[in-house]
Amino acid sequence: MKFPIYMDYHATTPMDPRVFEAMRPYFTEIFGNAASRNHSFGWQAEDATEKARKQIASLIGATAKEIVFTSGATESNNLAIKGVFQMYAEKGNHIITAATEHKATLDTCKHLEKEGARITYLPLQTNGLIDFEQLRAAITDKTILISIMYANNEIGVLQPIAEIGKLAKERGVLFHSDATQAVGKVPVNVLTDNIDLLSISAHKMYGPKGVGALYVRRKGPRVQLTAQIDGGGHERGMRSGTLNVPGIVGLGEACAIAQKEMPEESKRMAYLRDKLKDRLLAALDEVYINGTMEHRLPNNLNISFAFVEGESLLMGINDIAVSSGSACTSATLEPSYVLKALGAGDDIAHSSIRFGLGRFNTEEEVDYVAAKVIDVVNKLRELSPLYEMHKEGIDLSKVQWTAH
Amino acid sequence: MAYSEKVLDHYNHPRNVGSFDKADPTVGTGMVGAPECGDVMKLQVKVNPTTGIIEDAKFKTFGCGSAIASSSLATEWLRGKTVDEALAIKNTDIVNELSLPPVKIHCSVLAEDAIKAAIDDYKKKSSGA
Repeated sequence: MKFPIYMDYHATTPMDPRVFEAMRPYFTEIFGNAASRNHSFGWQAEDATEKARKQIASLIGATAKEIVFTSGATESNNLAIKGVFQMYAEKGNHIITAATEHKATLDTCKHLEKEGARITYLPLQTNGLIDFEQLRAAITDKTILISIMYANNEIGVLQPIAEIGKLAKERGVLFHSDATQAVGKVPVNVLTDNIDLLSISAHKMYGPKGVGALYVRRKGPRVQLTAQIDGGGHERGMRSGTLNVPGIVGLGEACAIAQKEMPEESKRMAYLRDKLKDRLLAALDEVYINGTMEHRLPNNLNISFAFVEGESLLMGINDIAVSSGSACTSATLEPSYVLKALGAGDDIAHSSIRFGLGRFNTEEEVDYVAAKVIDVVNKLRELSPLYEMHKEGIDLSKVQWTAH
Repeated sequence: MAYSEKVLDHYNHPRNVGSFDKADPTVGTGMVGAPECGDVMKLQVKVNPTTGIIEDAKFKTFGCGSAIASSSLATEWLRGKTVDEALAIKNTDIVNELSLPPVKIHCSVLAEDAIKAAIDDYKKKSSGA
């Protein structure tokens, strides 16, 4: 085993060596500008980006012309939401999203509120799913867009995307989904899911950083967007800027590999993830899984070890790279807003660890991680006055704490 | 975030972990913080009633590594001090000893509060209140 063990694949992934090999010639030999129409350098570059467009489209059930290249999912979310808001201003100003969306969506919506948008932030059920009836009830004749992520980056919960898509279509509202964590991990199909706009990131699926895509539906309905970056009119005027050819080739190759290997890989991920979960649950009491296991990415486990603070746990497992929802690990001093939106107490949020498994994790690593986490949690509980009180039968919610 | 050598040492080898009987009249207990804030410290002193010297101290802490280290260090410092000397321990002493970064200063403040709370508790008990 090599240390530290990387188990934070929701943050980013290492590039697959096959992706790297596909990209390699496009830095030096095949360096043309894909927009150069007068010579072979440009044609070769364009051929490469068109091939990538097809590879991406094929993975999500789209057509190549519906793929707009961006710098990543943050830009894709910005372009989708701001682009729709500005383009469809005459139709309405209401956007529906959810409280557990990524900040790239939430902060974009906050920005638009200052420009006159009315935003509904749907609350979440304790299992991490939106309440479908609440969504239905939130739609008004001013609603122009529903933006709900495919899979959550912290808890891996998969929203009922096909149902949302169907509802949006029936009500004549556009549907955007941030599928950063889902594409390449679970089957995504913009046709059967009735998705109009879909954000994709390369570096979450073993591709390079700094490149992503936005799927923009061309038929039934033909979605139009106001460009957010002005310039040479690349990408059918929706996103100007010289194409990042090597990055795009990498994204395309990453999609092709994912399409081929997903059935096998998702089974392996689920096996490893479940093994980790089962071992932790068998060895430790007072352990809570955040978000439903029923509708979830196969590689995600978000788990709270009650009475143990997340940062101190990370410190004890410092040969394992994972994330915590604890405020102490973040700059904001606020614990995970996602877990709080599920109704978890701050104490549970402070005690949470996110495991994100991936392509290069081994069963040996999972065994090591499980044993190490169990050992450190036990050690920290020995140190924990809360665990002691819990064992004495004291109800911690009834204690008068001296908040500071 | 990088931790100082001393924080790591206290985290890996916490000193004086444990609990005394709260009902013992020579024991003072201080519990500060809140689970919602991500840290709770329980600090206890055992005082010799004739000399007023803290003969033993124990702690349990729910919190980050710096909070654990601050309370572990506090128990080391408390042992052998008189009650009044103990009250003179300042959070800045803990910050300096452990080289805590600015974002972790609240851990040292909590430890100082825990010391004061424990001594207060002991004083209340010993004065028969």
